[in-house]
Amino acid sequence: MKVAIAFASGLLFAVGLGVSGMLQPARIIGFLDFAGAWDPTLLGVMCGAIPVYFVAWSLRRGRACRWGASVPARANHALDGRLFLGAGLFGVGWGLAGVCPGPAVTNAAAPATFTLSVLAAILVGVALSALVPARAK
Amino acid sequence: MGMALLGGGLIGLAAAGLLVLTGKTAGVSGIVEGVLRGERGEWSWKVAFLAGLVAGGLVLAWRLPTALAAGPPRAWPWVIAGGVLVGFGARLGGGCTSGHGVCGIGRGSLRGLVGTTVFIATGALTVWLLRRLA
Repeated sequence: MKVAIAFASGLLFAVGLGVSGMLQPARIIGFLDFAGAWDPTLLGVMCGAIPVYFVAWSLRRGRACRWGASVPARANHALDGRLFLGAGLFGVGWGLAGVCPGPAVTNAAAPATFTLSVLAAILVGVALSALVPARAK
Repeated sequence: MGMALLGGGLIGLAAAGLLVLTGKTAGVSGIVEGVLRGERGEWSWKVAFLAGLVAGGLVLAWRLPTALAAGPPRAWPWVIAGGVLVGFGARLGGGCTSGHGVCGIGRGSLRGLVGTTVFIATGALTVWLLRRLA
Protein backbone atom coordinates (compact mmCIF):
# COMPACT_ATOMS: atom_id res chain seq x y z
CA MET A 1 0.00 0.00 0.00
CA LYS A 2 2.87 2.35 0.83
CA VAL A 3 4.27 1.77 -2.65
CA ALA A 4 0.88 2.56 -4.24
CA ILE A 5 0.57 5.78 -2.18
CA ALA A 6 4.09 6.84 -3.20
CA PHE A 7 3.27 6.19 -6.86
CA ALA A 8 0.03 8.21 -6.65
CA SER A 9 1.84 11.01 -4.83
CA GLY A 10 4.52 11.15 -7.54
CA LEU A 11 1.88 11.16 -10.27
CA LEU A 12 -0.11 14.00 -8.70
CA PHE A 13 3.11 15.91 -8.02
CA ALA A 14 4.13 15.65 -11.69
CA VAL A 15 0.71 16.81 -12.92
CA GLY A 16 0.95 19.79 -10.55
CA LEU A 17 4.37 20.65 -11.96
CA GLY A 18 3.02 20.37 -15.50
CA VAL A 19 -0.18 22.43 -15.20
CA SER A 20 1.69 25.22 -13.39
CA GLY A 21 4.40 25.48 -16.06
CA MET A 22 7.23 24.37 -13.78
CA LEU A 23 8.54 21.83 -16.30
CA GLN A 24 9.65 24.73 -18.55
CA PRO A 25 13.22 25.90 -17.84
CA ALA A 26 12.30 29.34 -19.21
CA ARG A 27 9.77 29.80 -16.35
CA ILE A 28 12.39 28.98 -13.71
CA ILE A 29 14.99 31.27 -15.25
CA GLY A 30 12.29 33.95 -15.63
CA PHE A 31 11.48 33.68 -11.91
CA LEU A 32 15.16 34.10 -11.03
CA ASP A 33 15.46 37.10 -13.36
CA PHE A 34 14.56 39.77 -10.81
CA ALA A 35 16.45 42.45 -12.76
CA GLY A 36 14.64 41.62 -16.01
CA ALA A 37 11.12 40.59 -17.02
CA TRP A 38 10.36 38.84 -13.72
CA ASP A 39 8.02 35.81 -14.01
CA PRO A 40 6.08 35.34 -10.72
CA THR A 41 4.73 31.87 -11.62
CA LEU A 42 7.02 29.93 -9.25
CA LEU A 43 5.98 32.18 -6.38
CA GLY A 44 2.33 31.40 -7.21
CA VAL A 45 3.12 27.66 -7.15
CA MET A 46 4.75 27.98 -3.72
CA CYS A 47 1.75 29.99 -2.47
CA GLY A 48 -0.50 27.14 -3.64
CA ALA A 49 1.62 24.29 -2.28
CA ILE A 50 2.94 25.48 1.09
CA PRO A 51 -0.39 26.29 2.83
CA VAL A 52 -1.85 22.89 1.85
CA TYR A 53 1.23 21.12 3.22
CA PHE A 54 1.24 23.31 6.34
CA VAL A 55 -2.37 22.40 7.22
CA ALA A 56 -1.65 18.66 6.82
CA TRP A 57 1.52 18.91 8.89
CA SER A 58 -0.13 20.97 11.64
CA LEU A 59 -3.04 18.54 11.97
CA ARG A 60 -1.01 15.34 11.92
CA ARG A 61 2.47 16.09 13.34
CA GLY A 62 3.66 13.44 15.75
CA ARG A 63 0.69 11.20 14.91
CA ALA A 64 0.94 7.58 13.78
CA CYS A 65 0.50 6.82 10.08
CA ARG A 66 -1.76 4.14 8.67
CA TRP A 67 1.00 2.98 6.29
CA GLY A 68 4.21 4.08 7.97
CA ALA A 69 5.79 4.88 11.33
CA SER A 70 4.60 8.40 12.14
CA VAL A 71 4.57 11.98 10.91
CA PRO A 72 7.73 13.68 12.26
CA ALA A 73 6.88 15.66 15.39
CA ARG A 74 9.47 18.38 14.88
CA ALA A 75 10.83 20.34 11.95
CA ASN A 76 14.56 20.57 11.30
CA HIS A 77 15.89 24.01 12.22
CA ALA A 78 19.62 23.20 12.06
CA LEU A 79 21.80 25.64 10.11
CA ASP A 80 25.30 24.57 9.10
CA GLY A 81 27.97 25.19 6.50
CA ARG A 82 26.82 22.25 4.45
CA LEU A 83 23.36 23.81 4.03
CA PHE A 84 24.75 27.17 2.86
CA LEU A 85 27.31 25.67 0.47
CA GLY A 86 24.95 23.02 -0.90
CA ALA A 87 21.98 25.34 -1.38
CA GLY A 88 24.32 27.96 -2.86
CA LEU A 89 25.68 25.52 -5.48
CA PHE A 90 22.17 24.19 -6.15
CA GLY A 91 20.98 27.73 -6.91
CA VAL A 92 23.85 28.33 -9.37
CA GLY A 93 22.96 25.11 -11.20
CA TRP A 94 19.24 25.99 -11.12
CA GLY A 95 19.97 29.36 -12.73
CA LEU A 96 22.15 27.69 -15.39
CA ALA A 97 19.93 24.74 -16.37
CA GLY A 98 16.48 25.97 -15.29
CA VAL A 99 15.68 22.49 -13.98
CA CYS A 100 15.54 20.93 -10.50
CA PRO A 101 15.22 17.20 -9.67
CA GLY A 102 11.39 16.85 -9.74
CA PRO A 103 10.93 18.42 -13.18
CA ALA A 104 14.04 16.60 -14.48
CA VAL A 105 12.54 13.18 -13.66
CA THR A 106 9.07 14.18 -14.94
CA ASN A 107 10.43 15.58 -18.23
CA ALA A 108 12.18 12.27 -18.88
CA ALA A 109 8.71 10.94 -19.81
CA ALA A 110 9.29 12.78 -23.10
CA PRO A 111 12.76 11.50 -23.98
CA ALA A 112 14.82 14.05 -25.90
CA THR A 113 18.47 15.05 -25.92
CA PHE A 114 17.82 17.90 -23.49
CA THR A 115 15.60 16.06 -20.99
CA LEU A 116 17.78 12.96 -20.82
CA SER A 117 21.12 14.76 -20.67
CA VAL A 118 20.06 17.17 -17.92
CA LEU A 119 18.66 14.25 -15.88
CA ALA A 120 21.90 12.32 -16.41
CA ALA A 121 23.90 15.38 -15.28
CA ILE A 122 21.79 15.65 -12.10
CA LEU A 123 22.32 11.93 -11.36
CA VAL A 124 26.08 12.41 -11.79
CA GLY A 125 25.93 15.33 -9.34
CA VAL A 126 24.00 13.27 -6.79
CA ALA A 127 26.49 10.40 -7.16
CA LEU A 128 29.44 12.81 -6.74
CA SER A 129 27.95 14.11 -3.48
CA ALA A 130 28.51 10.65 -2.00
CA LEU A 131 32.26 11.30 -2.31
CA VAL A 132 32.08 14.15 0.23
CA PRO A 133 33.30 12.62 3.51
CA ALA A 134 30.50 12.18 6.04
CA ARG A 135 32.54 14.21 8.55
CA ALA A 136 32.44 17.22 6.21
CA LYS A 137 28.69 16.85 5.74
CA MET B 1 -1.59 32.94 -11.94
CA GLY B 2 -4.65 30.69 -11.46
CA MET B 3 -2.87 27.72 -12.99
CA ALA B 4 0.17 28.37 -10.80
CA LEU B 5 -1.96 28.25 -7.65
CA LEU B 6 -3.86 25.19 -8.88
CA GLY B 7 -0.66 23.35 -9.84
CA GLY B 8 0.91 24.35 -6.54
CA GLY B 9 -2.15 23.09 -4.69
CA LEU B 10 -1.79 19.70 -6.42
CA ILE B 11 1.90 19.58 -5.49
CA GLY B 12 1.04 20.44 -1.88
CA LEU B 13 -1.69 17.79 -1.84
CA ALA B 14 0.67 15.15 -3.28
CA ALA B 15 3.37 15.92 -0.70
CA ALA B 16 0.85 16.20 2.16
CA GLY B 17 -0.76 12.87 1.24
CA LEU B 18 2.60 11.12 1.34
CA LEU B 19 3.38 12.76 4.70
CA VAL B 20 0.07 11.99 6.40
CA LEU B 21 -0.34 8.43 5.09
CA THR B 22 3.26 7.20 5.24
CA GLY B 23 5.22 9.75 7.31
CA LYS B 24 7.63 10.27 4.41
CA THR B 25 8.93 13.53 2.94
CA ALA B 26 8.40 14.20 -0.76
CA GLY B 27 11.89 15.62 -1.30
CA VAL B 28 12.81 14.57 -4.81
CA SER B 29 16.61 14.87 -4.53
CA GLY B 30 16.64 12.70 -1.39
CA ILE B 31 14.40 10.17 -3.11
CA VAL B 32 16.70 10.06 -6.16
CA GLU B 33 19.72 9.63 -3.88
CA GLY B 34 18.09 6.77 -1.95
CA VAL B 35 17.23 4.99 -5.20
CA LEU B 36 20.78 5.39 -6.60
CA ARG B 37 22.28 4.14 -3.33
CA GLY B 38 19.93 1.17 -3.08
CA GLU B 39 18.80 2.37 0.37
CA ARG B 40 17.55 -0.59 2.38
CA GLY B 41 13.95 -0.47 3.59
CA GLU B 42 13.20 2.76 1.70
CA TRP B 43 14.03 1.70 -1.82
CA SER B 44 10.65 0.42 -3.01
CA TRP B 45 8.54 3.45 -2.08
CA LYS B 46 11.20 5.77 -3.46
CA VAL B 47 11.27 3.93 -6.79
CA ALA B 48 7.45 4.03 -6.83
CA PHE B 49 7.45 7.81 -6.27
CA LEU B 50 9.87 8.38 -9.16
CA ALA B 51 7.82 6.01 -11.35
CA GLY B 52 4.78 8.12 -10.41
CA LEU B 53 6.58 11.27 -11.56
CA VAL B 54 7.35 9.65 -14.93
CA ALA B 55 3.76 8.34 -15.17
CA GLY B 56 2.53 11.88 -14.51
CA GLY B 57 4.87 13.05 -17.26
CA LEU B 58 3.29 10.50 -19.60
CA VAL B 59 -0.21 11.73 -18.69
CA LEU B 60 0.96 15.27 -19.50
CA ALA B 61 2.52 14.13 -22.80
CA TRP B 62 -0.88 12.65 -23.66
CA ARG B 63 -3.23 15.42 -22.44
CA LEU B 64 -1.07 18.56 -22.21
CA PRO B 65 2.08 18.02 -24.30
CA THR B 66 3.01 21.73 -24.25
CA ALA B 67 3.66 21.38 -20.48
CA LEU B 68 6.81 19.33 -21.04
CA ALA B 69 10.20 20.94 -21.66
CA ALA B 70 10.94 21.53 -25.32
CA GLY B 71 14.67 22.20 -25.43
CA PRO B 72 17.67 23.56 -23.54
CA PRO B 73 17.35 27.13 -22.22
CA ARG B 74 21.06 27.85 -22.77
CA ALA B 75 24.17 26.52 -24.52
CA TRP B 76 24.96 22.88 -23.68
CA PRO B 77 27.99 23.40 -21.43
CA TRP B 78 25.90 25.62 -19.11
CA VAL B 79 23.05 23.11 -19.05
CA ILE B 80 25.26 20.13 -18.23
CA ALA B 81 27.31 22.00 -15.62
CA GLY B 82 24.03 23.28 -14.17
CA GLY B 83 22.59 19.77 -13.89
CA VAL B 84 25.67 18.46 -12.08
CA LEU B 85 25.57 21.41 -9.64
CA VAL B 86 21.84 20.88 -9.04
CA GLY B 87 22.37 17.22 -8.12
CA PHE B 88 25.52 17.80 -6.07
CA GLY B 89 24.28 20.92 -4.29
CA ALA B 90 20.89 19.43 -3.45
CA ARG B 91 22.48 16.47 -1.68
CA LEU B 92 25.19 18.50 0.06
CA GLY B 93 22.56 20.94 1.32
CA GLY B 94 20.08 18.16 2.13
CA GLY B 95 17.25 19.29 -0.13
CA CYS B 96 15.99 20.85 -3.33
CA THR B 97 12.94 22.91 -4.27
CA SER B 98 10.54 20.22 -3.04
CA GLY B 99 12.37 19.21 0.15
CA HIS B 100 13.51 22.64 1.41
CA GLY B 101 10.87 24.69 -0.40
CA VAL B 102 7.53 22.90 -0.14
CA CYS B 103 8.05 20.34 2.65
CA GLY B 104 10.57 22.37 4.67
CA ILE B 105 8.84 25.76 4.67
CA GLY B 106 5.51 23.91 4.84
CA ARG B 107 6.42 22.63 8.31
CA GLY B 108 7.92 25.89 9.50
CA SER B 109 11.49 24.64 9.22
CA LEU B 110 14.16 27.33 9.57
CA ARG B 111 16.55 25.05 7.64
CA GLY B 112 14.08 24.85 4.73
CA LEU B 113 13.47 28.60 4.72
CA VAL B 114 17.18 29.47 4.80
CA GLY B 115 18.04 26.84 2.16
CA THR B 116 15.31 28.15 -0.15
CA THR B 117 16.38 31.77 0.36
CA VAL B 118 20.01 30.89 -0.38
CA PHE B 119 19.28 28.98 -3.58
CA ILE B 120 16.94 31.65 -4.91
CA ALA B 121 19.63 34.26 -4.17
CA THR B 122 22.48 32.39 -5.88
CA GLY B 123 20.16 31.42 -8.76
CA ALA B 124 19.19 35.05 -9.30
CA LEU B 125 22.84 36.10 -9.16
CA THR B 126 23.71 33.44 -11.76
CA VAL B 127 20.94 34.57 -14.13
CA TRP B 128 22.04 38.19 -13.72
CA LEU B 129 25.74 37.40 -14.31
CA LEU B 130 25.02 35.33 -17.41
CA ARG B 131 23.05 38.18 -18.91
CA ARG B 132 25.91 40.58 -18.20
CA LEU B 133 28.28 38.15 -19.96
CA ALA B 134 26.02 37.73 -23.00
